[in-house]
Amino acid sequence: MSIMFELRDVKKIYDGKTVLRIDELKLEAGKINAIIGPSGAGKSTLLQLLNGLEGSSEGAISFDGEKYTKGKKIPLNERRKMAMVFQKPTLFNSSVYENIAYPLKLRRIPTKTISQKVNEVLELVGLRDKARQGALTLSGGEAQRISVARAIVTHPKALLLDEPTANLDPANVELIERIIKHANSAHGATVVIVTHNMFQAKRLGDNIVFLLNGQIVESGPSDIIFSDPKNEKTSAFIRGEMVC
Amino acid sequence: MDYFLNAFVKAIELLVSFDEELYGIIFLSLKVSASAIAVSSMIAVPLGIGISMGRFWGKKLLVSIINASMSIPPVVVGLVVYIILSNKTGIFHTLRLLFTPTAMIIAQTLLALPIITGLTIVAVKSVHSRISKTAISLGASYTQLVLLVIKEARYAIGSAIITAFGRLMAEVGAVMMVGGNIRYKTRVMTTAIALQKGMGEFELALALGIILLTMAFIVNILLDYFRDEKEVPRT
Repeated sequence: MSIMFELRDVKKIYDGKTVLRIDELKLEAGKINAIIGPSGAGKSTLLQLLNGLEGSSEGAISFDGEKYTKGKKIPLNERRKMAMVFQKPTLFNSSVYENIAYPLKLRRIPTKTISQKVNEVLELVGLRDKARQGALTLSGGEAQRISVARAIVTHPKALLLDEPTANLDPANVELIERIIKHANSAHGATVVIVTHNMFQAKRLGDNIVFLLNGQIVESGPSDIIFSDPKNEKTSAFIRGEMVC
Repeated sequence: MDYFLNAFVKAIELLVSFDEELYGIIFLSLKVSASAIAVSSMIAVPLGIGISMGRFWGKKLLVSIINASMSIPPVVVGLVVYIILSNKTGIFHTLRLLFTPTAMIIAQTLLALPIITGLTIVAVKSVHSRISKTAISLGASYTQLVLLVIKEARYAIGSAIITAFGRLMAEVGAVMMVGGNIRYKTRVMTTAIALQKGMGEFELALALGIILLTMAFIVNILLDYFRDEKEVPRT
């Protein structure tokens, strides 16, 4: 089993308050890892630590075999092995094509290759006909599909998704889930998806991490977590009960 | 009411007669304000971007000072420039710039600087907070992020420049003080209106006012265009 992300004794402190405390967490490479938990559990903070958008206050995070301790930033070339999609799609004020081409241009990919790759992902997300349209004129579902397309166009080693289907209609949810599975199966991307939707975690996740109050309550293979959770709080959360 | 009607007719007559003095005044107004905008934009836009995206001690205080300076009275700026360039007391009196269009450009540049800087700070701040995490997560370096922020804020920055231009075109105190309203030399639209009013030539003053208003309209149409471009509605 190869590990893509490993966290040891990681703490994230905001204004003197510890919002995340993880003693140990290993996220398997090539798998879909779902982080579940109620609002305020620290799911998004964890994702931002993995992506290097936030630095940890204590502890060490390893990505793809490289260890990063407090104060050590992930170098650009390592950061470019990852891509992240946020809950609220943030598109740039340019065409759909230009939005998707952006991460490729950052990496100085030749124009011809960019065109080919952008058209490939546009086909995948079903928005080939919108290539020349202004990105800010898209509907919420289309905008999120473009966000996902923009993230996977570089074939990242790690795809981090922060509640990518929240507030979307079922058709768009299904399509985005299909794209996530495709990125994982066709390109071997390690997926880390934050979701509070139990059904989605069950549908997508190979492994589940249950976070509560900034700490891991339980983690393991999806089938075990959902069928035979060891912790009472996990069990209650899966049943849809309030946990705190 | 007749005043306004006659003034409107007079304004049309002045424009179609291609009166040399009037067109001289219009072109000087445009030249002074456009030059001031060009100089101030070259300084204020990078300054605004730097302040907005930078992290440094005293940033809040600096932004507050810039915001307060946006409403600085033009006569105060005019007075300061007058003193600096003055033959008697000015440290730059040897340049002999007082009562020249250059002095007017300097005064208007100082007036436009805080406006463009302040509005650029706001424009960049809003774009930066919206897109920075996305851009970094997609693999942007800091330089690439700065370039993207500038690109995304381009309409708002353009809007800031046009807002300042509109303010300069309508400004009278500073140009009157350092330009002196000298016929064929430093007389611009606003100082000409003030002069005609002083002479009791209200019709001519109003006619010039109508022409100035038309120019302000054109500036505002441009401003609206930039605003529309910036705020593309979601469907």
